[in-house]
Amino acid sequence: MSSAALHTQSDTNYLNDGFGIRSWLLTTDHKRIAILYLITNTLFFFMGSVMAALIRIELLTPEGDLVQPDMYNRLFTMHGVIMVFLFLIPTIPAVFGNFLIPIMIGAKDLAFPRLNLGSWYVFNVGAALIFYSIFKGGLDTGWTFYVPFSSTYSATNVMTAAVGIFIAGFASIMTGLNFLVTIHRMRAPGMTWFRMPLFVWAHYATSIIILLGTPVVAVTILMVGAERVLHLGIFDPAYGGDPILFQHLFWFYSHPAVYIMVLPAMGIQSELVAGMCRNRVFGYRAVCYASVAIAVLGFLVWGHHMYTTGQSPYAGTIFSFLTMLVAVPSAVKTFNWTATLYRGSISWETPMIYAAAFIGLFIIGGTTGVMLGTLGIDVHVHDTYFVVAHFHYVMVGVTMMGFMGGLHYWWPKITGRMYDAFWSKISALLIFVGFNLTFFPQFLLGYMGMPRRYHAYPEQWQTLNVLSTAGASVLGIGFVLPAIYFLWSLKKGKKAEANPWGAVGLEWEISSPPISHNFEETPVVINEAYDYQAGHVGVIPSTEKEADLV
Amino acid sequence: MSDSTGATTRLAHWYRSYEEQTESVTLGIWLFLVTEVMFFGGLFMAYTLYRSLNPEAFAAASHHLSIFLGTVNTAVLIGSSFTVVMAVWSAERGKQKSLVFWLGATIVLGLAFLGIKANEYAHKWHEGLVPGPDFVFHDTREGVHAAADPNRARMFFHLYFGMTGLHALHMIIGIGVFLTLMVNAIRGKYTRQWHDPIPVAGLYWHFVDLVWIFLFPLLYLIGRH
Ligand SMILES: [Cu+2]
Repeated sequence: MSSAALHTQSDTNYLNDGFGIRSWLLTTDHKRIAILYLITNTLFFFMGSVMAALIRIELLTPEGDLVQPDMYNRLFTMHGVIMVFLFLIPTIPAVFGNFLIPIMIGAKDLAFPRLNLGSWYVFNVGAALIFYSIFKGGLDTGWTFYVPFSSTYSATNVMTAAVGIFIAGFASIMTGLNFLVTIHRMRAPGMTWFRMPLFVWAHYATSIIILLGTPVVAVTILMVGAERVLHLGIFDPAYGGDPILFQHLFWFYSHPAVYIMVLPAMGIQSELVAGMCRNRVFGYRAVCYASVAIAVLGFLVWGHHMYTTGQSPYAGTIFSFLTMLVAVPSAVKTFNWTATLYRGSISWETPMIYAAAFIGLFIIGGTTGVMLGTLGIDVHVHDTYFVVAHFHYVMVGVTMMGFMGGLHYWWPKITGRMYDAFWSKISALLIFVGFNLTFFPQFLLGYMGMPRRYHAYPEQWQTLNVLSTAGASVLGIGFVLPAIYFLWSLKKGKKAEANPWGAVGLEWEISSPPISHNFEETPVVINEAYDYQAGHVGVIPSTEKEADLV
Repeated sequence: MSDSTGATTRLAHWYRSYEEQTESVTLGIWLFLVTEVMFFGGLFMAYTLYRSLNPEAFAAASHHLSIFLGTVNTAVLIGSSFTVVMAVWSAERGKQKSLVFWLGATIVLGLAFLGIKANEYAHKWHEGLVPGPDFVFHDTREGVHAAADPNRARMFFHLYFGMTGLHALHMIIGIGVFLTLMVNAIRGKYTRQWHDPIPVAGLYWHFVDLVWIFLFPLLYLIGRH
């Protein structure tokens, strides 16, 4: 069987198809929009990191010396708001999902390219409002916006930030809707559901969560706003309102939101493991179903954030049980990635380092999640650093490893350049070590009872806090390095081949960087994803014989 | 846009066929409506909870709403769903004039609904039933043992203005959409072959009607004899 390449190496590609600021700001090319998102969101990530750095410096000593308590409250709130709403939730779908989904299913673009560009502008309006509230002095409600503090008592810039999050949510919905329609309606001939890369499956599941969850948090924010501005006190006990209802509605979105952050990263992980081990993902269908199962179960567990709010113990028990169930599809994925290594030809390029780090950090983050899902343990460590450490292991350990791994894996495809192999490996190792040094001590601190959200603490906890801050410094260096070598690669990097890793997938069968319409002709898909026996998945239709095999 | 024969084509270049394009647009609006259901769902959740906690106060408060005006508005909206269906019917058969007429009729009915709603709001304002510093509430029901708690009744009006206000906002957006469609229809943009925006906007309008079909009994009818 001939493996006709889908591309002829040409000089034009999506990057040199039009120059100048207009050709970028008015583009409807999903690949260029992905790059717009990459630029803004990386910026937001560094802004959120600055807040984190200030928090860690304050916690270097037991006394509150760098900032006052009020300022500290604002710092952790703004760190959380920026990282959650402007980086972790949107970034992987908006960057990698945008860039790769049409290519991976053999389409020219997403179903609604203008909506896609619109989402970037809407997102930036939301971000601008959030930063406006920060520069006006910030807000101090915590990223969770609990009423009645956020509705009545906080004198900070809650409203502008809340409206910003509300608006950014619409960008999320636009992206999710676009993905669902694209995956349903625009797959190339022969691209059946079970031939799709797991990255696409993961984004399909993520989009379902975005569509069902985001509107609920949007209307909840609207109710808080109505209470704050119009005095429509829907959560106000004075009129028989229930502040706990806010928490139910908030977590109904915000627990699934964790899966909006991690599912796309898991999708990347599946691609990395397959591509770096040159092996079919073990138990492909199980991983597909696991993504959907996580999306569905994710909507049934929100009560595990509310064990200590007076929720009935029966409800607590059921939420606890359902929380444990989420561990099943998560474990299925972890076992399957690990099993994919078996008899694969593993190459320890930078993406593989991130993929390995992902598995390690996810095991720690996931199992501590099961611990927190247990009623007794959660009541004991509620609102301590144990919780902080757990969700950083999941949200940073998984989402950030996925993001960095994906960036290193597809950078040659996106930019057409190779980055420095040596420094990228050093940086990956620094991030892994720095991350663990930062957050593992926080498990211990939390277990000993150190509460979160305080700027001062008793002296006996200083050693572990110093370790944590030291780790954060290492982590910081680990994140600055990529900014340098990636930018360097744009100018000086070696030109990338179409398939630098020897991986299988439609994106590797077109040129690096791709042409504006991705494919010169609509490809016909004849093999399942990760078919390392055949070595390719698509053909151009002119080799009719193979088209007949569809 | 023109294809190779020079005729105007409405097939966007990233779709492989008209069929794919129409299917994509249709699925897109259905998914959007799913998000709308979840969006209103948060408010319905709050309503359900508070109604079940304060049935007396909510019943007393709903006595202040006019069943007559509510019924008229329900009829107006159901009528507008009919005119939308007629607009889609006309578009599918390429009947330009009748398309413009039915789009216009929908807009008129939408405005009528908003007019009646504004009248109701004004009435509430005069009665002091708009939550705020001047809020006053008297239990006007006959034959009840104890008058309802005005503070709990106030929650009813929080929800009443919140839910009907959000619904009215959707109506205003819908009227804006239909105005755009009507201008385009007058310019002859929609043909028998291509008229995707008409059924898409129609689905949105039906959804907004449907929200009212739920709001009307929940706010006006429950707890009245
Ligand atoms: Cu949760």
